[in-house]
Amino acid sequence: ERFKAGKSGPSARRPDNSAFKQQRLPAWSPMLTANTVLPFFYFMALSCMLLGVWLLLTVQSTQELKLDYTKAGSCDECFEIHNSASCRLFQGDVFFYYGLQNFHQNLRRYMDSRDDGQMVGRTTNLKNPSTYCEPFIKDQKGLPIAPCGAVANSVFNDSFTLSYHGGSSGPAVPVPLLRQGITWYTDKNIKYRNPKDGNMTLAQVFQGTAQPRYWQKPAYELDPRDPANNGFINDDLIVWMREAAFPNFKKLYGVLYRAKKPFIKGLPAGNYSVDVSYNFPVQHFRGRKQVVLTTVTWFGGQNHFLPIAYLITSCLTLLVAVVLTVAWCKFGKNGRNMEE
Amino acid sequence: MTIPKEIPEKWFPLVLPLKRKKQKGLNGAKSQKRWTEEERRVRANDREYNEKFQYASNCIMTSKYNIVTFLPVNLFEQFQEVANTYFLFLLILQLIPQISSLSWFTTIVPLALVLSITAVKDATDDYFRHKSDNQVNNRQSQVLIRGLLQNEKWMNVRVGDVTKLENNQFVSADLLLLSSSEPHGLCYIETAELDGETNMKVRQSVSVTSELGNQNNLASFDGEVVCEPPNNKLDRFCGTLYWRDKKYTLTNQNMLLRGCVLRNTEACYGLVIFAGPDTKLMQNSGRTKFKRTSIDRLMNTLVLWIFGFLVCMGVILAVGNAVWEREVGSLFQSYLPWDPPVDNFLFSAFLAFWSYVIILNTVVPISLYVSVEVIRLGHSYFINWDQEMFCSQCNTAAEARTTTLNEELGQVEYIFSDKTGTLTQNIMSFNKCSINGQTYGEGTDPLGPRPKRLDFTPFNPLADPDFCFYDDTLLESVKVGDAHAHTFFRLLSLCHTVMSEEKSEGELVYKAQSPDEGALVTAARNFGFVFRSRTPGTITTTEMGRPVTYTLLAILDFNNIRKRMSVIVRNPEGRIRLYCKGADTVLLERLHPCNQELMNVTSDHLNEYAADGLRTLVLAYRDLSEDEWEAWSESHRCAEKAASCREDRMAAAYEQIEQDMMLLGATAIEDKLQEGVPETIAVLSLANIKIWVLTGDKQETAVNIGYSCKMLTDDMTEVFIISGHTVQSVRQELGRARERMIELSRSRDGGKEEGKEEGKEGCFMGNGFRERQEGDGTGGGGGGKQLQCPPPPPPLPPPPLPPPSPPPPPPSNLMDNIFGEFALVINGHSLAHALEADMETEFVSTACACKAVICCRVTPLQKAQVVDVIKKHKKVVTLAIGDGANDVSMIKSAHIGVGISGQEGIQAVLASDYSFSQFRFLQRLLLVHGRWSYLRMCRFLCYFFYKNFAFTMVHFWFGFFCGFSAQTVYDQYFITLYNIVYTSLPVLAMGIFDQDVPDQRSLEYPKLYEPGQLNLLFNKREFFICIAQGIYTSVVLFFVPCAVLSDATQSTGVPLADYQTFAVTTATALVIVVSVQIALDTGFWTVINHVCVWGSLGSFFSIMFALHSQTLFKIFPNQFHFVGSAQSTLLQPVVWLTIALATAICIVPVLAFRFLKVDLKPQLSDTVRYTQLVRQKKRKPVGRSVGGAWRGLGSVSDGRLGARGGSRRSGYAFAHQEGFGELITSGKNMRLSTMALATFASRHSSSWIDTLRRKKPTHTHCHTPPSASGASSPARSCVSGSVAPLSNSSSVLGGSQDTPIEEVTAQHTQTVPTLSTQTPPAAEAAAPQGSAQAVSAGVLTSAAVRPHGGDSPGGWTITLGAVQEALFGWKARATASNSPRPSSVPMETSQIE
Repeated sequence: ERFKAGKSGPSARRPDNSAFKQQRLPAWSPMLTANTVLPFFYFMALSCMLLGVWLLLTVQSTQELKLDYTKAGSCDECFEIHNSASCRLFQGDVFFYYGLQNFHQNLRRYMDSRDDGQMVGRTTNLKNPSTYCEPFIKDQKGLPIAPCGAVANSVFNDSFTLSYHGGSSGPAVPVPLLRQGITWYTDKNIKYRNPKDGNMTLAQVFQGTAQPRYWQKPAYELDPRDPANNGFINDDLIVWMREAAFPNFKKLYGVLYRAKKPFIKGLPAGNYSVDVSYNFPVQHFRGRKQVVLTTVTWFGGQNHFLPIAYLITSCLTLLVAVVLTVAWCKFGKNGRNMEE
Repeated sequence: MTIPKEIPEKWFPLVLPLKRKKQKGLNGAKSQKRWTEEERRVRANDREYNEKFQYASNCIMTSKYNIVTFLPVNLFEQFQEVANTYFLFLLILQLIPQISSLSWFTTIVPLALVLSITAVKDATDDYFRHKSDNQVNNRQSQVLIRGLLQNEKWMNVRVGDVTKLENNQFVSADLLLLSSSEPHGLCYIETAELDGETNMKVRQSVSVTSELGNQNNLASFDGEVVCEPPNNKLDRFCGTLYWRDKKYTLTNQNMLLRGCVLRNTEACYGLVIFAGPDTKLMQNSGRTKFKRTSIDRLMNTLVLWIFGFLVCMGVILAVGNAVWEREVGSLFQSYLPWDPPVDNFLFSAFLAFWSYVIILNTVVPISLYVSVEVIRLGHSYFINWDQEMFCSQCNTAAEARTTTLNEELGQVEYIFSDKTGTLTQNIMSFNKCSINGQTYGEGTDPLGPRPKRLDFTPFNPLADPDFCFYDDTLLESVKVGDAHAHTFFRLLSLCHTVMSEEKSEGELVYKAQSPDEGALVTAARNFGFVFRSRTPGTITTTEMGRPVTYTLLAILDFNNIRKRMSVIVRNPEGRIRLYCKGADTVLLERLHPCNQELMNVTSDHLNEYAADGLRTLVLAYRDLSEDEWEAWSESHRCAEKAASCREDRMAAAYEQIEQDMMLLGATAIEDKLQEGVPETIAVLSLANIKIWVLTGDKQETAVNIGYSCKMLTDDMTEVFIISGHTVQSVRQELGRARERMIELSRSRDGGKEEGKEEGKEGCFMGNGFRERQEGDGTGGGGGGKQLQCPPPPPPLPPPPLPPPSPPPPPPSNLMDNIFGEFALVINGHSLAHALEADMETEFVSTACACKAVICCRVTPLQKAQVVDVIKKHKKVVTLAIGDGANDVSMIKSAHIGVGISGQEGIQAVLASDYSFSQFRFLQRLLLVHGRWSYLRMCRFLCYFFYKNFAFTMVHFWFGFFCGFSAQTVYDQYFITLYNIVYTSLPVLAMGIFDQDVPDQRSLEYPKLYEPGQLNLLFNKREFFICIAQGIYTSVVLFFVPCAVLSDATQSTGVPLADYQTFAVTTATALVIVVSVQIALDTGFWTVINHVCVWGSLGSFFSIMFALHSQTLFKIFPNQFHFVGSAQSTLLQPVVWLTIALATAICIVPVLAFRFLKVDLKPQLSDTVRYTQLVRQKKRKPVGRSVGGAWRGLGSVSDGRLGARGGSRRSGYAFAHQEGFGELITSGKNMRLSTMALATFASRHSSSWIDTLRRKKPTHTHCHTPPSASGASSPARSCVSGSVAPLSNSSSVLGGSQDTPIEEVTAQHTQTVPTLSTQTPPAAEAAAPQGSAQAVSAGVLTSAAVRPHGGDSPGGWTITLGAVQEALFGWKARATASNSPRPSSVPMETSQIE
């Protein structure tokens, strides 16, 4: 059958003379010659170098302030820390993060312990959460938990108020933080939806479910100020639900609202204080908590690794390129070894 | 006929036992009952009686499944495969929720894919089996039921039925031949389906039944056959027919086996003895044993290692888990309590171990095995498709019959080749001759203008149009009437044992027992001396258009000692003359002294011919007076009748008359090599492949061919001949050869030439060679003077010089350090000793130090033994190539078996792994296809292991960050699809299409083949390099994104450190890095490669976007929770910067190393590529030094005409056996041809000679084809009635058959089993002789029984020596096709269509 039917004669079974069958397809056979490899290496070293320098300059323009407040929970008084690291203006958008260390959001069972069907607003899943949520499916009374699962249960519930104390010792001005729009667009608009049942309010829809064990208030009352920020589409919940890949992570808490003075240009230099309502216990598993203030550029926040890695790569590539050039000039120029 | 393709072993490692089970099952429900079937009783025409025994019906079933059983049985079979079971085990593990670290589908999708591909393949195979079964089962046959012939399907034929067969029909079951339309109950069958031999065989019914004749008699026939139970011995049958209170012994000669085709017989009737699965054909349909390649074995070892590695990683991570759970996890329990069954960290670690086994299992992906199969399949198709391995003469393309061995073709180091039909075409052509001191026939000069081929037809209407001759001076002198030329050709037309058939006036077909004779007689025919026909006493020729009839007085037959044959004829004028032809060595001694001058001239010519590798014969005649003749004839008769020393006395009688002959001239016959054989051998030996010729031929022939195909050259330092008959002598000869080699190479080495006189070496090759050495040493031309002139920088003969290679590594032992070219010729009887256990190593070390080895006179079993010995001692890949049934054992035992198709039947092809029709295709198969296959497979494996380690090890590193919780790095869909979609096609494309150098280059630079032999491209070292590279890549792929992302944020401030972003980034980087790597590895970018590489990248992105789309998420929110990750991640510049960085870090070192390797230590393939590149650029040839190797070959190929002074080798190489002269003069073989002609025009292949030759010698005495009382009695009626003339010996034989079992016949048949049990393995050399004696004893007995027809000079007497000689001559073939050795004729499952 391999051969074309209908042919006859002495060469009836001659295989087709197609380039494919005869393995003669036109092809490009590249070869690693000095003419291509060496310029490539130099080019690569150069471009890495330029990129690294550019990135480094960009990163240098960002500012970042970190403040570990883990210990603040243990002292009764106000925890005070003076950080005079930066006295410059935090120019542009300023982002307020909370950071956790040694908190493993990336444990397999932890990550699995959630019900996206519930969070996307399926009423069946609301009352009847998926078994993924083990062991946080039902409370002691047997009511289904909404939102269920270990991830939602352990939501970060410290809250912060950042105050600006002016240039000197003036009255403290609360720094306005935008607490919304801090999630991925897809999360807020697709992945998380509140359950709907006719014209019922959120609280009515959630009737018959229990709040997660560690929560202080039910899901539909997460944001008393903005009813649209309640339930599963609460920004803080969504941010928390996006699990971190590594045990040390930071999550966005808010963005500086730059409508009013003196914050139009960013955070002016001066004294700030953070009021923390300290709810989230971390010390029993040796975790740490911090707040982070940072500005960003086109490629994100302060990130020194990338430019430095580029610079190192560039140097090494250059070194290799030089070694290769020397080796080539000395031993293998013009295919000297080939001629043998 | 469909030959089931072999199924890769991988797929059914346990098919064999299963199949056996199956076959037992096939034998029906009565397997228990049949267990004890010790004999079979069959009563003709009595179905009721036969049904008692519940014999198998004639319905065959080779299929394995039906619609219902397919799924369970097939799955059961597939899960017997270790890899499949392993993945099933993983799947079960994944169903345990506490362990499951991956979704079930990550394993089940690939597994289902693999299982279903295999299932589809199996189903297709089985479908075709069903189809062919049905077709066969539904064939029509004629069965005699209640006295009427009825059409029945094959499957309804029962044991005990009498069926009728017509000409050209297939035999439906194993039948006992009852009667036939032919006289004497003879019928002819072709057994090509059964044993692959295309010649016809004769079967004869027991005489009593052959008289039954018509249907009515047959319908009332109620004989009962008692015979052996079903077995697979094709050439053996033992049974007894009881009929009318008499016993008749039945042998294989009475049987028609299923699968045979009736030929040249109008019709015959047979009694079904074995049906369906019991038939010998089906009993033989065993699967051949699977061969595995060395890469396969290495791969399996490596996979085991990887499993070990996997377990190690699992243990490390489990320990990590234990520590982590104790230190951190236990404290973290408020956020994530332990799973209910887990109560301590140790149990958690135990579970973690299994979880990690699951996620790390991708280091050995299931797709590895499938991909390897796919690649091999692709390579096989390329072999099948290769036009350059297509032979248009035979209309046969090369065929890869096994798809699992391709890459081993790239590693062959030893080739064992058959001679006849493989190296040679077994066609002899009359090439030159010397008549009365005048040489004729210039060889064709391939370079110069081709001389015109002579056209004989105007001169001679009887000429054979196929005959080629180029020298018209000879024709002219014949035309002119040169007396010498006339006598010369008259001799050729008379002195032979050829039979002729004249189908129509002038259309002559010669049946020669040896092609040499055929060539000579044909030459005479074309030059006007046409041999027309012969009778026992006459030879009729047409001499220059005039019919002449000579009276044949005697044939002085050929034998090995005499090395000549003569005829004594009386011409119409009454003059008696002896014509003789023979080897120069014997004939020149027996010439009349007056021939001295002519002899010198002729001798020179002979030297010339020998130098050209031609086989020579010297012709002479002697006129006898009537008295001389009378006297001699008397003494000859005495000698013939002598009871003791008959042989010697005959020889003496012959000697007496073959004296004082007049020299006529000499002939030179070219044993035509297959096209391109010398070139192929030269190329293959440049590729460092050693070629051994194993042939059943005689030493002279074999050596001669060795020279003409350039295996042996005159440039060789020395040729050793081992021909000892005892262990001691063989050991001595081997030892001496070794000493010589060491001595010579040492002297060469040290630059000190002792100028040894090699003449005293007993094993040194005979006459001509030494002469030539001396002659050349003074002449100073060419090579071969290593012995003569001081060689300090040995000026090697220029032509076939490999490109200068680095000096060989220091030898581990002395024998490895042999310089110089040696060759070894070993005889079969010596080989038997050399292969004994204690000699093996000695033999191997000697033979392997030689450049060429020729084993002559070897039996099929010895061929296999030689292969096995080399396999055992050298651990190299061997290839056996052959064309006949006698090569089957060798083909099967070598790593790779190659069958030459189209010459001697299909037996060798059936047993082979590759088949094609020309020996020269071997170079393309090995150097191009094999090399590419090996290269591709190695590159494939390297890359495959690399990419899976790079992929999987990321999980390992991530374990240290995720609390060893067996969290995967990637999306589960990515894990599922990585191996089967994202990365499979580019590597498959590379594995199938890659080429490092084009095919012409690998033929031009045979040295390119070496890496395969040395196993350089994929071995444990390469494997570790790949693994290391994979691990390095995984480190980069994990830590670079980890370091970048943990701190990075989007430009909107949202952190990038979330798991999904990380997963997408790593996955993308991984796919890009491995794609870049495959791009680097791919050396040959065809459109397909581009499509695959870019397509894979494209498919990765599109599938990822699809999986992360909201549509899917909305339907299955819990399964597709990566919604939106792709777009939000891949829109970030920092992600791309990360990917670029990771790619650069992964690729730069690889690139640098590769460049350095190519630049500083280029492989030959790199050089060739480079040269090509430069050549393309400059359009000017470079690299002549390497090219020289090839260009040198050109002169090898046309060297035949070269002016090298040849060493004169005796060319007497008759392939035929003695004893035929006797047969001719007795006239026994005359009848068939005339008979056959009268009835069937198409019977040309039923030549008497073939029939005679193939017949088991044991049966010659009782089943010789009955001869007519003379060539002149063609009518059949006449034959059947003409038993009477007792003067003719054969009719006596016929008469003896007619008697019911008498003592004599009984004794003879008793010898059959005894002979059969003489299995050759034990006494290879002894067995044939033993049987020969037995046979000739039988012959003599039967000769004694009948009155001796004394009027013909030959008479019906075959001397003991004659039979021995004959036997020895065709021992090789006989043992393969007919010998009782059970394993000698293994059969493939063959379906008859």
